[in-house]
Amino acid sequence: MIQQPAPKPDVLARRDAIVAGLRRLVPESGVIAEPIRLKPYETDGLAAYRQVPLAVVLPESTEQVAAVMRFLHEQGVRVIPRGAGTSLSGGALPLADAVVIGMMRLNRILDIDYADRCATVQAGVTNIGITQAVQGDGFFYAPDPSSQLACMIGGNVGMNSGGAHCLRYGVTANNLLGLKIVTVAGEIIDIGGAHLDAAGYDWLGLLTGSEGQLALVTEVTVRILRGPEGARAMLAAFRSNEVAGACVDAIIASGIIPVALEFMDRPAIHACEAFAHAGYPLDAEAMLIIEVEGSTAEQDFLLGRIREICERHDPISLKVSQSAEESAAIWKGRKGAFGAIGRISPDYLCMDGTIPTSRLPDVLRRIGEMSESYRLGVANIFHAGDGNLHPLIMFDANDPDSFARAERFGADVLKLCVEVGGCLTGEHGVGVEKRDLMGVQFSATDLAQQRRVKDAFDPGWLLNPSKVFPLTDALPKAA
Amino acid sequence: MSGTAAPPDEAGIIAEVAAAHDSATPLEIGGCFTKRAMLRPVQAGRGLSLAACAGITLHSPQELVIGAKAGTRMSEIAAAVAAHGQHIISEPPDFSGLFGGGAAQTLGGVVAANLSGPRRVAWGATRDHVLGVRAVNGQGELVRSGGRVLKNVTGLDLCKLLAGSHGTLAVLTEITLKVLPAPERRGTVVLPGLDATQGVAALSAALGSPYGVSAAAYLPAEAASQVPALAWLGGPVAIARVEDFATSVAYRTDRLRAELASFGRAEILDDAASVAAWAAVRDAVPLHGETGAIWRVSVRPSAGPAVAESVARAFAANWFLDWGGGLVWIAGPATAAAHEAVMAAAKAGGGTWLLLRAPEGLRASVAVIPPEPPALARITAAVKAAFDPKGILNPGRMYAGV
Repeated sequence: MIQQPAPKPDVLARRDAIVAGLRRLVPESGVIAEPIRLKPYETDGLAAYRQVPLAVVLPESTEQVAAVMRFLHEQGVRVIPRGAGTSLSGGALPLADAVVIGMMRLNRILDIDYADRCATVQAGVTNIGITQAVQGDGFFYAPDPSSQLACMIGGNVGMNSGGAHCLRYGVTANNLLGLKIVTVAGEIIDIGGAHLDAAGYDWLGLLTGSEGQLALVTEVTVRILRGPEGARAMLAAFRSNEVAGACVDAIIASGIIPVALEFMDRPAIHACEAFAHAGYPLDAEAMLIIEVEGSTAEQDFLLGRIREICERHDPISLKVSQSAEESAAIWKGRKGAFGAIGRISPDYLCMDGTIPTSRLPDVLRRIGEMSESYRLGVANIFHAGDGNLHPLIMFDANDPDSFARAERFGADVLKLCVEVGGCLTGEHGVGVEKRDLMGVQFSATDLAQQRRVKDAFDPGWLLNPSKVFPLTDALPKAA
Repeated sequence: MSGTAAPPDEAGIIAEVAAAHDSATPLEIGGCFTKRAMLRPVQAGRGLSLAACAGITLHSPQELVIGAKAGTRMSEIAAAVAAHGQHIISEPPDFSGLFGGGAAQTLGGVVAANLSGPRRVAWGATRDHVLGVRAVNGQGELVRSGGRVLKNVTGLDLCKLLAGSHGTLAVLTEITLKVLPAPERRGTVVLPGLDATQGVAALSAALGSPYGVSAAAYLPAEAASQVPALAWLGGPVAIARVEDFATSVAYRTDRLRAELASFGRAEILDDAASVAAWAAVRDAVPLHGETGAIWRVSVRPSAGPAVAESVARAFAANWFLDWGGGLVWIAGPATAAAHEAVMAAAKAGGGTWLLLRAPEGLRASVAVIPPEPPALARITAAVKAAFDPKGILNPGRMYAGV
């Protein structure tokens, strides 16, 4: 179990006064302090870790967030920003002496501008909510994390979320124009706007993916894009991970960048097929889902070229979708992957390393060896174009030994990712989960530099403490 | 200034910065110093050049990455990726036609200034494609951020912070970029004869179409007359580019022409003419004959025409619009009054400005980029101190006193 900083005794002692102070700043229903009602906030998408917070506050405007931050800053209270609580790395895990600031009431779409191709929304608008607001006019918001039905744009900014279509459209950071932030001291600052290049330092880039360490995000201006004329998927199954990997390289080398290029290994294929009955080939060792966009003729052209490349790699089967329905069927299993694993294992850890794509066969072989030595099943789902690997490690949370092995297994996988030239996290964030592994990827000097940047924004280390930075490093200068 | 050091490797850069830190000697950081006339002049005791710290260190075409030491010339990187049918995504400009001098610009300089060309409107800025950096902070410490993989959210993203920081936070020594396959063909839809407002409306329609427009610019008659690939049209032009496989370019330019029919009859530029026209837009060729100041104003695209109109009322401006209208290039007299007019227009448009070129006297006496509100300026000062506590790296280049 992960170590957490000791609660501040003086803050715990002033709990009632702090709650009363919050009640003066937001409407009555926006402060939660009863133990039974705090329970839903004790964890997030990394449900193995739990801690009931001191209180939860649900502001309804940027001004209320600022007032709450001024108050909590004066009181020296730690703050946990929270969107929908879907973080897979424990990014919204509370501390016993911390107030959770939930953004779900900041849920309005403020402006949609098709001529300038941007939309301004509050932090608690869901990812899919942005696309739903503009899709009637043919537009969409590109980053599409698996949790997009629930996760909120403020959390997407905090974690720099990705999705299955990053290879073509980039991650959150590449799709933002502006932010409204509230500093730890409760100041409101506008970053960027509807224009492309801001002057000064790239605050937008630094804040995106900063996991709530630097400031709270209350409004986001995103780029919205016109959707393509159409999209179509194909499925290709191969005899080995090596051959599937070589096929991915050959597709990229041909000059085609598919909008999605997803890889599943044998255990993932079997789990997804049993769950979704998508017609996946059960005799394959590896399978690719490849999606292209454009007019029907353009789709035919691109899928034809990709088919030729696949055929040079001795495929077990190839299935090119002929319709939107067939494309949906091909995606059905992949999109249900997490649910599928949940069906065959009571619990699983979803890892999130990135590797140089050329190392995939070697990395999968070594993960297979780890699976045997830790006696835990693993299924691998991989954004093959960009190297982002999601091993799903299956364990039983009711068995402490199983959980301990799963955590060590996960840590070994991430160390392997770094060893082959990759990184600890491609899109889920460090959170608490990977905090203590940061020294594997970064030198003490690298981390000290990041810590000094954190200091510049949050000298008292009140914002989302115990995340990202190894605990020994995560001490305020004054402490 | 007591000379400029040009160490051949990162260890040499570290030694130079550490010595400067110990003696509190301000350094002017650069590659080949081709952008010295940008932003505020730096008062430094010594120069530190990355020009000898050069060479490609990593190139994996099938993984879409290239890494090189900061002093590597952009031409070398462009050639290396082109040999594998790939290109640099943000289409960085070459400003030698604006700044003069024959020196070649370096990778470090392009990233430190976050310079992006026409493709920025659709595919992101240079900073969007920086995957990893090695850099030396103001204490002479090597700091690494990011890496060589395409997706990486591990820790604070110092790559983006350092990109565009103009050497004021750390000295970039090595950079890894994402690259993409270069298109097989380019084509450009040209709408002649529109005024700026109609022109930008046409560009918005093009960028808002499903046809994957990768660049969109508006050149008034004066600017268009300076670009041979466009001058033959004899007036203002709104231009939108498609880059793709040859069959797609033919199809998409055709569909765009149909979709934009309400803006008049469109011409189509072929591959060669497209390459020439967009290189001219990228490098600001229409302003090459200008001798005064040059500004870049960044606003929401629909505000571009009003910015241009506003400055044109204040002085005899030569201007054109890139990024669908959102980047306003302006040339005019190098005077405080002209600068005031540009600042006012940028503010009214809700955007930012950058004084790209002016005589040293003007650059030293005005805000070359917008001043930040006090709460943000305090963060800027604190972040500067977090990297460079003695303020020795390009002091004052972006803001006086930072």
